[in-house]
Parts: sequence; structure tokens; C-alpha cells
Amino acid sequence: MSTLRTPLRRVIGLGSAKGGSGHWYSQRVTAVALVLLGVWFFAGLVRLEDGGYESVTRWLASPLSSALAILLVLTSAWHALLGLQVILEDYVASKGRRAVLLLAVKFAYAVAAVVGVLAVLRIAFGAAA
Amino acid sequence: MARHARPLSPFLHYRWLYSNTTSILHRITGVLLSLGFFLLVYWLAAAAAGPERYAAATRFLGSWLAQVVLLGTALAFCYHLLNGIRHLFFDAGHGFERPAARKSGWAVGIGSIVLGLVVWFVVRASLGGGA
Ligand code: HEM
Repeated sequence: MSTLRTPLRRVIGLGSAKGGSGHWYSQRVTAVALVLLGVWFFAGLVRLEDGGYESVTRWLASPLSSALAILLVLTSAWHALLGLQVILEDYVASKGRRAVLLLAVKFAYAVAAVVGVLAVLRIAFGAAA
Repeated sequence: MARHARPLSPFLHYRWLYSNTTSILHRITGVLLSLGFFLLVYWLAAAAAGPERYAAATRFLGSWLAQVVLLGTALAFCYHLLNGIRHLFFDAGHGFERPAARKSGWAVGIGSIVLGLVVWFVVRASLGGGA
């Protein structure tokens, strides 16, 4: 497929490695987001009236909290996935084994992220959702 | 595939320096947090599953084994958070001179232990530690 990006745009930022700068960049963007989301999450836990079901679900059911909780789940999963991929690339020499492990890791985080997002939606919209 | 058994990660063989220690700790805490992510999902799923399931999860999270895991996760989170911010400053080209990097490395190490204990303790109190 032809591309909408100019040739200059495509080579800017590419060193001798040619690719991977997007990966590096995403790791940083998700890291900055996680600083904010992490602080929000702990502040929310601390400000609960008690740790009981009522106060936790009331907190997470507010629209802003649900949105941020979903972002926390997705951003953590993505950041973890990017990080674990680099680690596999560093320590697993065999390309086949590395591909299988990466697939397993991606699968685990995809499943967990979906479960996490559905859980927040269910808290926000009730058991019918 | 490799004709020569070259080390994939030569930094593992270098002598001890504060810099490779902070770096490997960042990696180790990253892996711990990646596992801790499943605890977060478990907790959310329990809250979504209703009061009984949530109460059972709180009881489980209040057990001493789970508390040790949570303390470890809190320490890992605080280290990874503080060192991650330090890392982002490096990436932006600040504080990479040796004296500054050494000082911030120590600050991150000590700060994360203090902050981690505080976070663990406060969250434990807030969630009722199994109540
Ligand atoms: C709270 C804010 C966080 C910040 C500021 C942060 C920052 C960073 C940065 C800058 C890196 C790149 C390090 C490098 O390229 O050498 C990184 C790597 C990583 N992070 Fe995070 N992170 C945060 C939270 C998390 C969380 C919640 C998880 C897990 C769910 C996680 C898992 C990882 C992993 C597995 C790596 C790869 C480590 C490596 O390549 O050695 N991080 N983090």
C-alpha cells in the first residue's frame, strides 16, 4: 500500500536500528500516563471511607473513576507488554521460543485487560451490563 | 542461529556499579509489577462480582501471605515509579552527569523504601486488612 507519510517523515528518528523507536516512545508515553493514573489510584484507595464493598464500588462507579480505572487497566497492560517484550528479546536467544513466549504473554495480558475493563463496566453500570 | 555464543546482555557481566544496580532493579520491579497487574484485575473482578465475592477477596488479601506479596508489590511500585521518573529525566537529557545520577539513584532507593512502606501501611489501613 502506498503511504500518506512523506519519505522524510518516515526516516526521522530512525537510527541504524531502523525500527523500534515507536516501541521505545510508547513505553515512555505509557510511563508518564501511569505516574498520573497510579497517583490517582492510590489517592482513591486512601480516601475510601472503609475498604468495604459499598465504598469501593461507589468510588469506582462514578463516571470519572470508571474512565480512569479503565485507562489504568489498559495502560498498565500495554506498558507491561512492551516491557516484557524487551526483556524476552534480551534473554531468550531462540527466535522460535521467543515468539511463542511473546504470544503467550500477549494472550495473558489481552485476557486480563478484557476482564479488568468488563469488571469496571459492570461496577459502573450494574450487573446487567 | 548464532554461530558464536555471544552474550545477549553483556551488562550482566560487568562489575558492580550503582548504575547497573538501579537498572536491573528497574527491570526486576517491572516484572514484579507485571505480575501485580493480575492482582489488580482480580480485585476489580471481585468487586464486580458482588458483595460476597468481594468480601472473600478482601479476606484473602488480608492473609499474611497476601500481605507479604502486597508489601513487595508496593515497594516494587514505588521503586519503579521513582526510578521511572528519574529515567524519563535521563531520556530528556537531564541529570545524567555522574555525581547527579549517583545522588538521584540513592534518593530513589531510600525514597522508594520509605514511600513503599507508607503506601502499604496506608492502603492496608484503608482497605481494612481483611475486615
Ligand atoms: C507508575 C509509573 C511507571 C513509570 C514512571 C514507569 C516507567 C518505566 C520506564 C521509563 C521504563 C523503561 C525503562 C528502560 O527502557 O530501560 C519502564 C519499563 C518497564 N516497566 Fe514501567 N513504569 C511505571 C509503571 C509500571 C507498571 C504498573 C508496570 C507493570 C504492570 C511496569 C512494568 C514495566 C516493565 C516490565 C518494564 C521493562 C523493564 C526493562 O525493560 O528492563 N511499569 N517503566
